[in-house]
Amino acid sequence: MTSSYYESTARARIAGLLDANSFHEWLPAAERVTSPHLATLEQPAAFDDGVVVGKGSIAGKKIFIAAQEGGFMGGAVGEVHGAKIVGMLERAVRDQPAAVLLLLETGGVRLQEANAGLIAVSEVMRAILSARAAGVPVIVAIGGQYGCFGGMGIAARCATAIIISEEGRLGLSGPEVIETARGVEEYDSRDRALVWRTVGGKHRYLLGECDTIVPDSMEAFRNAIIASIENGDDWSLQALEREQQLLGDRLQRFGDCRDSRDIWRKLGWPDPDAIAMMDNDEFVAAAQKRCAKQTIKAP
Amino acid sequence: MDWRKVATQLFPSVYDVKQEGDLLYGQGRCGKHTVAVIGTTNHAEVGAELALAMAAAVLEVTNKYPRRPILFLVDTSGQRLRHRDEMLGLNGYMAHLAKCVEMARRRGHTIISLVYEQALSGGFLANGMMADRCAALPEAEIRVMGLPAMARVTRISEERLAELSKTSPVFAPGANNYLQMGGLDELWEGDLSACLSKALEHADAIDHRRVRGLERGGRKLADVVVNRVLGSA
Amino acid sequence: MAMENLKYRFDGGKPISGETAIVGVLGSGNLEVLVEPARLDGACEIEVSTAARGFGTIWQAVMKDFFARHHAGDIRISVNDAGATPAIVSLRLDQAIETFKGNHK
Repeated sequence: MTSSYYESTARARIAGLLDANSFHEWLPAAERVTSPHLATLEQPAAFDDGVVVGKGSIAGKKIFIAAQEGGFMGGAVGEVHGAKIVGMLERAVRDQPAAVLLLLETGGVRLQEANAGLIAVSEVMRAILSARAAGVPVIVAIGGQYGCFGGMGIAARCATAIIISEEGRLGLSGPEVIETARGVEEYDSRDRALVWRTVGGKHRYLLGECDTIVPDSMEAFRNAIIASIENGDDWSLQALEREQQLLGDRLQRFGDCRDSRDIWRKLGWPDPDAIAMMDNDEFVAAAQKRCAKQTIKAP
Repeated sequence: MDWRKVATQLFPSVYDVKQEGDLLYGQGRCGKHTVAVIGTTNHAEVGAELALAMAAAVLEVTNKYPRRPILFLVDTSGQRLRHRDEMLGLNGYMAHLAKCVEMARRRGHTIISLVYEQALSGGFLANGMMADRCAALPEAEIRVMGLPAMARVTRISEERLAELSKTSPVFAPGANNYLQMGGLDELWEGDLSACLSKALEHADAIDHRRVRGLERGGRKLADVVVNRVLGSA
Repeated sequence: MAMENLKYRFDGGKPISGETAIVGVLGSGNLEVLVEPARLDGACEIEVSTAARGFGTIWQAVMKDFFARHHAGDIRISVNDAGATPAIVSLRLDQAIETFKGNHK
């Protein structure tokens, strides 16, 4: 079994992150809660509709979890898929686990059931915020092949904290979507370096869009999740007012930047191209030195 | 429909709503309620600045006018499709707006939204879809994407999609489809002021959409699946 | 893309004990395999739902080989396929049986 988070399936991630044999699944594959809409369109429908939900423990703490399977339709959210996540989150409001973990890997709304998917994403957003308001921290992990995009990119930022790897990608409209709408001059989706420095983990971390960046290993994600649960949550009007200020400052400072490298330069990196080459520890240490109190949270 | 026409019908006695760029902000009088109005016009593309400006308006209402109802006037062609906005973390700006709306709800503000022109995917998620009650004018356009684009992405022919959309509300654009799926609570016709008054009376902070979807037959599984997860061992 | 459903039954297998197992992912060129215990008088029932039409004889051969390898009875196997090659199918079936047995502790 691989220890890479990136290369693992949703089920392998759950097995690798949680305490051994602690996971119990709700609506497992054998119950065949599949998408009726895919069947109507005569498209293959996975037994679990591309998401695994259930309960388990991590470092002895009781948690609820949802893991999206990027390998099935790019982790896209349909009616059943979304409802499984919503059910888990509402159950968290009722049963008060120590935290909810969302292992997100998704392109967003599943177009084959677009309206149902969009409403489902909206229900997930509201359910995430209900869990937080009920005192249950919601921790998001992003580090799979398909990244976290579309409405689920918004949902991710509704959570308490986001843990990302360098390989992880987070955004709203994917590069292909923008290229299709505005042309290759606007955003060349095949320019891998450009895509990486726009939506990749390191840029998201420097921007303050993610709380923790980790190397691509199950152990690193697990340790970061445990630390995030310890940190608790701050769901308050004051926290939102601080965020309003931070996001406004970001627009003022970086609103006229053409490229992420311009942002990194303004953050005090004389040689932004060196960032791509740094290993995780070196990068985090340098980022803490340069950017703490600017964009990223103090350790 | 022009937003001023809509505002005049919603608030026949008096309203004071200003347009700054694509942003609408102000208040109106509806029966016994003073209602805060926050919205967009010109089929606004919601970028980082606009999302942040809407969030600022929500926070201001929350701070200055405790429990005052908020009405979102929705007209958006979706999230801004620019490299620059993605680079700046547009999803984070959208989420911030959604969180501000949720905070307002939890502090006792009733949240209503009215799609008076267009509502497309990402631009709709962070404000209109966060409301306690979401309404639309019958001629409003609501969609994720049009059938030609959907045909390209799904590799299902446009003819087949058009055929299926006659019997299924699940993917084709249209306010009626969203109504059937529970994404909209109601269509507002006739006396808009009376519609708003009634919505303010009936709104609560519970997300009823999946139950509406089941009752109306457009989205039969969401509620069942949620309840099965809640009831699992 | 229209789906095709195929059904197979092999009698005279040796009942094996285990617990429901799922392996694989329903992604392009891949498949998911669900194995469940079932009282079938030693038979093995297999149901395949595939996005690639017209490969019935190949599926028949792959499943026959699989049964010859394991002689596994009293199980029901359900396959969702998105165009996997016969080699991948065989691999997943073997993994599924191993996981099924391993789940039983």
